[in-house]
Amino acid sequence: MGLTAKSTGIYAFLEDLNQSSVKADAIIALAGNPNTGKSTVFNGLTGLNQHTGNWPGKTVVLAKGNYLYRHKNITLVDLPGTYSLLANSADEQVARDFICFGDPDATVVVADATCLERNLNLVLQVMEITPKTILCLNLIDEAKRKKIEIDIAALENILGIPVIPTAARDKTGLKELREAIHQTVFGKRCNHPKPMVYSENIEVAIEKIQAEVENLFQGRINSRWVALRLLDGDTTIIQEMRNYLQRMEPKDQPVSETYKEVECCGSFGSRV
Amino acid sequence: MSAAEFELTRLPVGKRAEVVRVGSVGSMRNRLLDLGLVPSTVVEAVRKSPAGDPVAYKIRGAVIALRSEESRQITVRSLD
Ligand SMILES: Nc1nc2c(ncn2[C@@H]2O[C@H](COP(=O)(O)OP(=O)(O)OP(=O)(O)O)[C@@H](O)[C@H]2O)c(=O)[nH]1
Ligand SMILES: [Mg+2]
Repeated sequence: MGLTAKSTGIYAFLEDLNQSSVKADAIIALAGNPNTGKSTVFNGLTGLNQHTGNWPGKTVVLAKGNYLYRHKNITLVDLPGTYSLLANSADEQVARDFICFGDPDATVVVADATCLERNLNLVLQVMEITPKTILCLNLIDEAKRKKIEIDIAALENILGIPVIPTAARDKTGLKELREAIHQTVFGKRCNHPKPMVYSENIEVAIEKIQAEVENLFQGRINSRWVALRLLDGDTTIIQEMRNYLQRMEPKDQPVSETYKEVECCGSFGSRV
Repeated sequence: MSAAEFELTRLPVGKRAEVVRVGSVGSMRNRLLDLGLVPSTVVEAVRKSPAGDPVAYKIRGAVIALRSEESRQITVRSLD
């Protein structure tokens, strides 16, 4: 996609990413609740190969960095802390837009192993968008100190995604994290995240609009996720979807009209 | 014996309570749920800001500040 007048927010950032001197073989988002050690993981993986950039239009600073692993050049984007993809603050919106509309090749969710339960909300939300999700269970040293034991294999089984315990401050587990990222992006193995099933009326409503959504986004964004957000009626996400569509819209096709229809359909669905 | 229900706003610093229900709608409700405030969650009032609003609460292992508009939406039952 070329440069257009509409290049603000996430798209300007993505263009900036694409114009970097070294071509990335994969772009990886680092997400997580506030203060879980995302930046420490980021620094541990990228070393000094990083620089910060402003998210255009918002006063949020993002860091991106690179590392080489098995001959692949990986670009990592350190996102602001967020509790949820149903964002509230500008910081949270930036994280959400990047994960949802930035099409990263994989998303690593950095979670605090000492309060896993609260961190799993975001993990589940990211898994709902993309199967290419990796759980980095950081602060595992703190968890051990607090006598919290986590059954990694069981967690992997329940979630259906790779779970890597790390103590990023001591660089423990980062080798395994690099490998998990590599396998998720380039490997043959596919993650099978546990599907989230909603109450029947919501499932019926999703079914009503999902095909249309699929058609509209041409498979570029998870249609089930889009359908759910339309049902939520979150206006900031819907605006971001419009921006996304306008960018991928071929000149002679009034996609926006169809989109309006789907949107109507969506709000109708939520009333069912 | 079931303890009386009241708004989280009225929980004194140092005391714990259990969430009974979360009111509000739309994005505020989403935010509260995302913070882990679902029924049966234990919440402790940790400290008040000098102005008395917001108040910091310990919720599922993290300390989180809530404004009174938010804490008013949460009905709790005392645990202490
Ligand atoms: N014990 C321990 N401390 C860690 C670990 N990883 C990070 N920390 C510490 O946790 C604190 C927060 O780390 P950051 O990397 O800044 O966390 P963050 O997720 O980037 O924070 P925000 O960007 O503000 O959301 C720092 O004091 C780190 O040194 C770890 O694995 N073990
Ligand atoms: Mg950080």
